[in-house]
Amino acid sequence: MASASIPARITMPAEARRGEIIEIRVLARHAMDRAIDAPGLTPVPRKIIHTLRVTYDGAEILHMDLSPGIAANPYVAFTTVATTTGELVFEWLEDGGAVYERRQMLTVT
Amino acid sequence: MTLPAPRIGLTRRTALAAGAAALLPAATVADAQPAHRETMAAVERSVLAGRTPLASGVTLDMPTLSENGNSVDLMIRIDSPMSGEDHVTAIHVLADKNPFPRVATFRIGPRAGRAEVGTRIRLAETQTIVVLAETSRGTVHRGAREVIVILGACVDGG
Amino acid sequence: MRHLVVLAATLMLGATASAGEVRAPASFLSPDLRALQDDPSRHPGWLWVDGGEALWREAPRSGRPSCEGCHGPIDGMRGVAARYPAVASDGALLNLEARIERCRTDNQQAPAFGYESEALLSLTAAIALRSRGLPVAVETEGAAAQHLAAGKRFYETRQGQLNLSCGQCHDENVGRRLRGDVISSGVGTGFPAYRLEWNTLGSLHRRLRACSLGVRATQLPYGAYDYVALELYLAARARGLPVESPGIRR
Ligand code: HEC
Ligand code: HEC
Repeated sequence: MASASIPARITMPAEARRGEIIEIRVLARHAMDRAIDAPGLTPVPRKIIHTLRVTYDGAEILHMDLSPGIAANPYVAFTTVATTTGELVFEWLEDGGAVYERRQMLTVT
Repeated sequence: MTLPAPRIGLTRRTALAAGAAALLPAATVADAQPAHRETMAAVERSVLAGRTPLASGVTLDMPTLSENGNSVDLMIRIDSPMSGEDHVTAIHVLADKNPFPRVATFRIGPRAGRAEVGTRIRLAETQTIVVLAETSRGTVHRGAREVIVILGACVDGG
Repeated sequence: MRHLVVLAATLMLGATASAGEVRAPASFLSPDLRALQDDPSRHPGWLWVDGGEALWREAPRSGRPSCEGCHGPIDGMRGVAARYPAVASDGALLNLEARIERCRTDNQQAPAFGYESEALLSLTAAIALRSRGLPVAVETEGAAAQHLAAGKRFYETRQGQLNLSCGQCHDENVGRRLRGDVISSGVGTGFPAYRLEWNTLGSLHRRLRACSLGVRATQLPYGAYDYVALELYLAARARGLPVESPGIRR
């Protein structure tokens, strides 16, 4: 099982005008372990973040499937239209069933 | 020097088996790895589902020469009005020489405002990156770029 | 082995540039990496900075104060990293990592974090960030002089199966390509640094161990005196250059 938490860093404005397109950048600390199963090597099970899901005021705005082909400490950038003051919920889903969550408020003026 | 970015510290919910299942959206290919290696051609075929891709509308921003195959920056932009009736629904990133060609899929919608996403990928060797973007109108846009990898992602030389 | 000899020979032939000015490591980075080094929204090293700032405020289980409890907010560490390695009151030469460990064991009476542990890397990065952009200003005289001399000796000694000194690459072949790298002046101002090769943040000693391995010399243990003295000499070479930590490297 993973440690009790993983560090993550979300960069986005705290405030935006209605209708403005904002950019969101997300970094998470994760080794993104690829499975190793080759002769002569100690087998290592795959352990990656396989999904990043982001909702904004309850509605999904990004659903990303990640593979072992994503670099360690996965970085993701995407955009969203500021519609209403509300919470963005970021969920990282890890192999094995663990879910890591972070929340971020966006105030829309 | 202190940055305005928010504090860290994710709280982890160790989802119980049932809870975890409920959390997983139907579209997610949960934890299971494909037992056999899916070929690039097979992946493209399955995304296209009989459609012929348009060779336009995809901007794929990445270095021609990667610094290190462990981490290659990738920025993708699809020309799209991103309106309710005409928007990008999915952006697939494929790498033909990676052990698993299906590198990432971004599912977005009109609320994105722009069809613009970025990430960092691992590349085992010099190869072509293919982007397929599906739209709400049923069309698929295709773009491709070759990346030269100097040092593969699997070298551990110190 | 053969290709190592060829490598050594190539470097000899290329030994044209005289030991010139020592340049900031950032000036050898590609424009992409240089931009990344300056962008906390994309630089993975900031994950460790965030972790270090959290640790700074966290009280140890020993009941002793947190780092903040004695030192106040971490911003008060401004300029400290630029002065390390430095000679402590008991005469020992300490780099920033060793200074933190000393506070950990003596002042917090808690078990040492351990060299290259996530915690020590994080605290080192968070403290070093407070000196980002400030000129390196290590003390090289007085009690430091003998350590500086030891570091200089190590730097100038030919080592390993390739029989190369640090300067044969980092003075005489600066700017030349080697295995996809551009050889820099070989200073430590960007460390701890996130190396793409490592997929993680790593200390200067980890980098030095890689250079030792590169010339097929013995890799010294983390925190070894010879590496700390070398670190002081590298800092003296880098005097006046800006601190870049946390750096980003290939
Ligand atoms: C009980 C009080 C106390 C605690 C707790 C403490 N320190 Fe210190 N620290 C000191 C003192 C006193 C000095 C100066 C020692 C000296 O000059 O010999 C010092 C020196 C330092 C220095 C060098 C400062 C300089 O200007 O050279 C650093 C860096 C440092 N501490 C980091 C830490 C960190 C990181 C922690 C938490 C893990 C910590 N300290 C916890 C008391 C403390
Ligand atoms: C065979 C050539 C060679 C020798 C000899 C060598 N290095 Fe290096 N070193 C490199 C290369 C190549 C790099 C990576 C590119 C760069 O940053 O210079 C490097 C990187 C470094 C760095 C990291 C610089 C940065 O900002 O990332 C330091 C510090 C360093 N070397 C110090 C040393 C020291 C000290 C010695 C002697 C013990 C040494 N090197 C010996 C080739 C060499």
